[in-house]
Amino acid sequence: MSSSVVNAANPLYRARKRLNIFLLTVSGVALLFGLFWLAWILGTLLFEGGHALARATLYYQMTPPPGADGGLANAIAGSLILCSVGTLIGTPVGILAGTYLAEFGKRGWLAGATRFLNDVLLSAPSIVIGLFVYSVYVTRVGHFSGFAGALALALIVIPVVVRTTDDMLKLVPNSLREATAALGCPPWKMIVFVTYRAASTGILTGILLAVARISGETAPLLFTALNNQFWSVNMNAPMSNLPTVIFQFAMSPYQDWHRLAWGGAALITLTVLMLNILARALFRKRD
Amino acid sequence: MDVAFEQLTRLFALLVFSLLAAILISLVVGSQESLQKIGFSFLWTTDWDPVQEKFGALVPIYGTLVTSLIAMAIGVPVSFGIALFLTELSPAWLKRPLGTAIELLAAIPSIIYGMWGLFVFVPIFQTYLQPWMINTLGEIPGLGLLFAGPPLGIGMLTAGLILSIMVIPFITAVMRDVFELVPPLLKESAYGLGATTWEVVWRVVLPYTKVGVIGGIMLGLGRALGETMAVTFVIGNAHRLALSLNAPGNSIASALANEFTEAVGDLYFSSLIELGLILFLITTIVLAFSKLLLMQLARQEGERT
Repeated sequence: MSSSVVNAANPLYRARKRLNIFLLTVSGVALLFGLFWLAWILGTLLFEGGHALARATLYYQMTPPPGADGGLANAIAGSLILCSVGTLIGTPVGILAGTYLAEFGKRGWLAGATRFLNDVLLSAPSIVIGLFVYSVYVTRVGHFSGFAGALALALIVIPVVVRTTDDMLKLVPNSLREATAALGCPPWKMIVFVTYRAASTGILTGILLAVARISGETAPLLFTALNNQFWSVNMNAPMSNLPTVIFQFAMSPYQDWHRLAWGGAALITLTVLMLNILARALFRKRD
Repeated sequence: MDVAFEQLTRLFALLVFSLLAAILISLVVGSQESLQKIGFSFLWTTDWDPVQEKFGALVPIYGTLVTSLIAMAIGVPVSFGIALFLTELSPAWLKRPLGTAIELLAAIPSIIYGMWGLFVFVPIFQTYLQPWMINTLGEIPGLGLLFAGPPLGIGMLTAGLILSIMVIPFITAVMRDVFELVPPLLKESAYGLGATTWEVVWRVVLPYTKVGVIGGIMLGLGRALGETMAVTFVIGNAHRLALSLNAPGNSIASALANEFTEAVGDLYFSSLIELGLILFLITTIVLAFSKLLLMQLARQEGERT
């Protein structure tokens, strides 16, 4: 007797099965859709920027006037300086604030509220950060400067580092803290010499991710560091940097400038992807 | 020493705590001039005339909302598909590489999206996709108005499409995380009753994680609203209100990026800062809402276990 409704020929069962197969295929297609753009963008960058990257002049000549040949040396140097100073300002602030959240924040309202606002800050539009630094720093000083740019980048570093420090310190087992306390160690020593060490790879991962994030940031630099066509390492003057040079050159009608922009774009993207992969590898090794 | 260390960390926590408020205050102060002279009509007038000093924010606000909505309309279903694939279908050894690849989409700087969009995507879109769209979708009465106009390549639709690629990694990451919170027991009982994979996802996983999924979508929306460089390259920067999605427009962020350093005159300046203030308020509300939803899911999780 095959009167049971549970059989392969039941139309309802077949319809459900067809719907299932159809929608699962669609989800696979969605994944391919995502990967397709990644491959296309990276492919274009390597294809268009590859030539420019291979030319040594990119690394030692200055950004040229339209129609002339040149490199991106001043922009590369400026970007390195801005990112380093930004990270140097942002990291200690972020680590200390994160320490408060994870270690001292058990009681009181400050930790919870800060964690919430920090998460909002993490995704806040970077152009607004640029506006903020412009109105509190650039208008006071009266001119665009490398310091203003580094400050804007630092403000982007802070929430990333706060978040990872907080998360990583919370992962440190409490037994470690109790053991240290049992040996008569004061809390500050415990945090600096025990929990920081236990969480060091995690915190480093966060810093690397923050550096990766700021190396491609353009919007906040437009109003702060501005740009500089010449070699300048003076932090108190407008400073050249890769993202704004790419923006300026790509929007221009000149072919030479476009080529350089592609080179700069490929350089930034490779750096950022490398930092991301490095951060991931570090984090995974720990587990 | 102990007290000093605690107070030091407390000080920096306070600093981070007050940062958002400081940004808000500085923007309000900066936009004083236009707040007083133009008032609320700033929000719904469309003039943008630096010469006659007439400013209205409707065009950039409209552009920001429309591009973000396009991005959501494409990005949300795609992210859901990717999250579904990664949590339910993918073989275990593929999960990590595929997940990382999608996350790398978020690592690509936004200026790269913009440049790629302008030089690679726009010409292809203009020659192949757009004429086809205008000839087919543009002919439908009513709906056709959305696709009317010459195929320029740049415009709000292009900006929305590129934004949709950019928000995919953010929404996917949240969806994936919340899908993994579903207790295996629930899913296994549904499978045991004979449900197909799709039915398990649609009837069990999705209702269970509803709050988190909406939180993820809000997070993506917050990102899309504030995106600057990618949009600036492809939106066309035209201060004109157009119904057609193929028409060039402007968004708050791209208006700022293009005009801020060239603005002359106090009113022009403070109008731009007021645009920034509007953007900041919208994104902060959206992001705070998203965070609240995700926190609610985490709390439910805590109660159950």
